[in-house]
Amino acid sequence: MAPALCAVCKTARALIKRPKNHAKLCKTCFITIFEDEVHHTIISSKLFFPGEKVAIGASGGKDSTVLASVLKTLNERHGYGLDLVLLSIDEGIKGYRDDSLETVKKNAIDYDMPLKVVGYDELYGWTMDQVVETIGKKGNCTYCGVFRRQALDRGAKMLGIKHVVTGHNADDVAETVLMNLLRGDLPRLSRSTSIITGDSRSEVKRSKPLKYSYEKEIVLYAHHKKLLYFTTECIYSPEAFRGSARGLIKQLERVRPSSILDIVRSGEDMARLVPGASSSGCGCKGKEDAPLTAEEEEVGGGCGSSAGRPPGGEMAAMDRQLRENEEAEGLEIDVAKTMASKQEPKRELPIRNSNSKPTTQQVLGNCRLCGYMSSQDICQACTLLEGLNKNRAQIQI
Amino acid sequence: MGDSAADDSKIPITVDFSGGLEILFSNQRHYALSLPAADKDGSPSTIKSLVGYLLKELIKDPRQDLFVLDGHIRPGILVLINNADWELEGEEDYELQAGDNIFFVSTLHGG
Repeated sequence: MAPALCAVCKTARALIKRPKNHAKLCKTCFITIFEDEVHHTIISSKLFFPGEKVAIGASGGKDSTVLASVLKTLNERHGYGLDLVLLSIDEGIKGYRDDSLETVKKNAIDYDMPLKVVGYDELYGWTMDQVVETIGKKGNCTYCGVFRRQALDRGAKMLGIKHVVTGHNADDVAETVLMNLLRGDLPRLSRSTSIITGDSRSEVKRSKPLKYSYEKEIVLYAHHKKLLYFTTECIYSPEAFRGSARGLIKQLERVRPSSILDIVRSGEDMARLVPGASSSGCGCKGKEDAPLTAEEEEVGGGCGSSAGRPPGGEMAAMDRQLRENEEAEGLEIDVAKTMASKQEPKRELPIRNSNSKPTTQQVLGNCRLCGYMSSQDICQACTLLEGLNKNRAQIQI
Repeated sequence: MGDSAADDSKIPITVDFSGGLEILFSNQRHYALSLPAADKDGSPSTIKSLVGYLLKELIKDPRQDLFVLDGHIRPGILVLINNADWELEGEEDYELQAGDNIFFVSTLHGG
């Protein structure tokens, strides 16, 4: 079998098969296209402004390492005029962060960026090791996650930076969409799909430039560019639910690689249905040509895999849906009749538990205790800290 | 290169583990191995044969399911054959050649 040639340059041997469109690419063309697509996301979503100070949330892992490398490259190539800083969080887990922080320090030298490390102990008065000592291994990921979310913002604030970028990739977003879907949490689903989070009330803006990048391609980019990154499992037990969602996504990817971006796209579409949510998809609507020569039918332009959707089909789709609804109603009535004879008076929305919150966009305010933006009177971190400080274990949030 | 000199019954290859997989293989990233050129039924050795060999001879960690799930390489692990995505080379059915480098890298670990 003769080796396949790159679909773009048609000269070099293809080494990569892209999950989103099956395009076969050589190393050089792959690296260029990967960078061009991140650039496209940055431009179409208007992520940055010239002269902006941006902190890269850096863990030493593959995603943040690739993010730092790509942003440095694009900042120089396209003259974004960004002032880039690496920001690392030390959760205080012995044997976990110690090594990965060494990697971040090496990245700081390689990419010629200043590095700031902020510890949970200085922010919250608790290291994760101490949290686990108090509450045990079960549920500690909740604490770690809530603390980390604020830690990046607080670290940025300490540096006088108003924008934090994180290495969340398409697989991460798809995983979160699935998890929120399975929890019935549409407001959170809506927020998790946005490329930019934090509104005018929050002091620090968050964004994820790799939102449309496959994890597979991030790993291959790091491999082919020989980037140094650190891998380890957190020594405390992984979140079982997230693990299941992740496993499902990876299995879907093997059968149908475009599934991942399709889930991201579906998440964005569902987010638009949430009251008060703003549209969060890529600004290009898939019309702009991706820098890729079409080799196969499925090779599409723009972000995600929505490019292949028929244009102007929304009305037709709506029409069809209305018709389907009517048909479904017919079926429903039959069921309802039989049910009604046996059951108590009908509730209006039987699908929702009585204790679940109504599906509305949460209103952001500020935490009464720490002033950090929060949809509750007291933010999650303060709630958890209160519990920890009282030595009370396992708070459900 | 040096085809005629190669021992017919063995194929020398190199195998690398990365992205956290090395933890399952005694924290060693690089291995130089010598594999039987053919399976028991006489058919040429493939990636599948290699995976069987790794499970039998090399993996020390009891968590084999982090490498192989339901008889196949766990979804989320990338395989590169001489630096090329194994999807371009026939995946598990790729027939091993002398001097091949097979690279296993996990995407499942934290970033």
